[in-house]
Amino acid sequence: MEQPPKIRIDGLSFWYKDFQALDRVSLAIRANEIFGLMGPAKSGKSTLLKVLNRLCDLLPEARLEGKAYLDDLDLLAPDTDVVSLRRRVGLVLSKPTPLPRSIYENLVLAPRLAGRPHKELPALAEEALKAARLWDEVKDRLHDSALRLSGGQQQRLCLARTLAMQPEVILLDEPTSGLDPISTAKIEETLFQLKSRYTIILVSNNTKQIARATDRTAFLLMGRLIEVGETSQVFTVPRDQRTDDYISGRFG
Amino acid sequence: MRLDPRVSQAVIISALWALTGFTLLILIVIIVNISVEGLPRVSWTFLTQPPHDMGRSGGIFSTVVATAYITFLAIVVATPLGVGTAIYLTEYTRESWLTRIIRFGAECLAGVPSIILGLFGFVLFVLKLGFGWSVLSGGLTLAIMVLPIIIRTSEEAIKAVPEEYRVVCYSLGLSQWQTIAKIVLPSALPGITTGVMLSVGRSLGETAVLLFTAGAALRTPVSLFDSGRTMAVHFYILAREGISLPNAYATAAVLMFSILGINLAAYGLMQRLMRRFS
Repeated sequence: MEQPPKIRIDGLSFWYKDFQALDRVSLAIRANEIFGLMGPAKSGKSTLLKVLNRLCDLLPEARLEGKAYLDDLDLLAPDTDVVSLRRRVGLVLSKPTPLPRSIYENLVLAPRLAGRPHKELPALAEEALKAARLWDEVKDRLHDSALRLSGGQQQRLCLARTLAMQPEVILLDEPTSGLDPISTAKIEETLFQLKSRYTIILVSNNTKQIARATDRTAFLLMGRLIEVGETSQVFTVPRDQRTDDYISGRFG
Repeated sequence: MRLDPRVSQAVIISALWALTGFTLLILIVIIVNISVEGLPRVSWTFLTQPPHDMGRSGGIFSTVVATAYITFLAIVVATPLGVGTAIYLTEYTRESWLTRIIRFGAECLAGVPSIILGLFGFVLFVLKLGFGWSVLSGGLTLAIMVLPIIIRTSEEAIKAVPEEYRVVCYSLGLSQWQTIAKIVLPSALPGITTGVMLSVGRSLGETAVLLFTAGAALRTPVSLFDSGRTMAVHFYILAREGISLPNAYATAAVLMFSILGINLAAYGLMQRLMRRFS
């Protein structure tokens, strides 16, 4: 018996004003997998993430069609409580974006406002930092400004901040695009360890990273889903010629 | 004929230097003039004694109290109104004809000459609402006067907060108001403070509005409904009616150095706020 998918996307189309970013995309993402989304620029990868935690609501002129479900919750219904949805679906942006606060404050801001008891917060912060492999580097300066961390540390802090919310799904939008290889490796290792507890969607335009780090992969091109399958299969015997062209670097 | 670029560069630099120097010179002449004429008379007794004989002798205590009282009232009323309007305009509406009208209205308000605002305050607060010549009428009219400054500077400060902060907050499951209260406003605080301090300066120095609305009583105001004479008005009356030029200068010196001191304090405070997390 196959488990029902954690996220189900059904014929999703999305328009930024006149530009169509997604064209009838359907996908099922399983619980506790690392799901990779790859494709060239403007293929709709980031847009898909924005729809999944309803950040697309911030765009006044955008429009969408289709359905998406998180377990049984209709993600896109107008009456869905976006605040509690976003607590279940965390997002890490491509550019490290610590808030201008201390490291500790970055981590506990969201849980505190979500109503977690104050005495749980220090343990929560520690756990999140350990999971993001940042604890040893910052444990003695939790109350220093987060802006003083290096780029790689900042990005791991952003990941830790998302983990501290204890979401069910983590969306990563090219999380290592601005990082050096060592920081990238640290983030990828972290993802492996996290997948037992979370469902992870990793967007990257680095095909090598997708091949290394994900269980299954979808290839998007100009808003269309071209191919989806086990990562090993997609990278060794792609079914579609365009996938083959993309992963072997003939375009994109 | 083409000038050697090095020559034209030198000419431009010296011209700009001269212009800047001239501006500075004006400021220095004013400060030195008022200090030399006024400071010798300023003493602890001058600050703490009430004026006698229409201000010919005695100190300026009642005018110091009236100035602080009226300015405080104006700022306390105008700050929440102005910051609230700025938050609404920047965070809660999209650009539309309505926001343009509100902004245009605020700009027009900023352009109204203060003497006309004074007349308006006189008609509305002093007569219509029956507050009389009072701290309350004066403070409220001043609040109207500085409102556009606070709206404008707060709006600029809020707009300058990086958009990513908002995206991050929303993606962390913060509501819009939590995002504004916890992240946007604290980040905009230095800019908002600048606007408020500018308003304090304007209020301290204002005379035309207060002649119409707060009156010129020399008693120390206690109640909101007491009339009060601010330092600026006191200076105006002393000088204009030839009561005592030396005391006018001394009052001017106190006023000028208070404004200077408040600005320096605000600047220091802002530096500390900004240094805390950057």
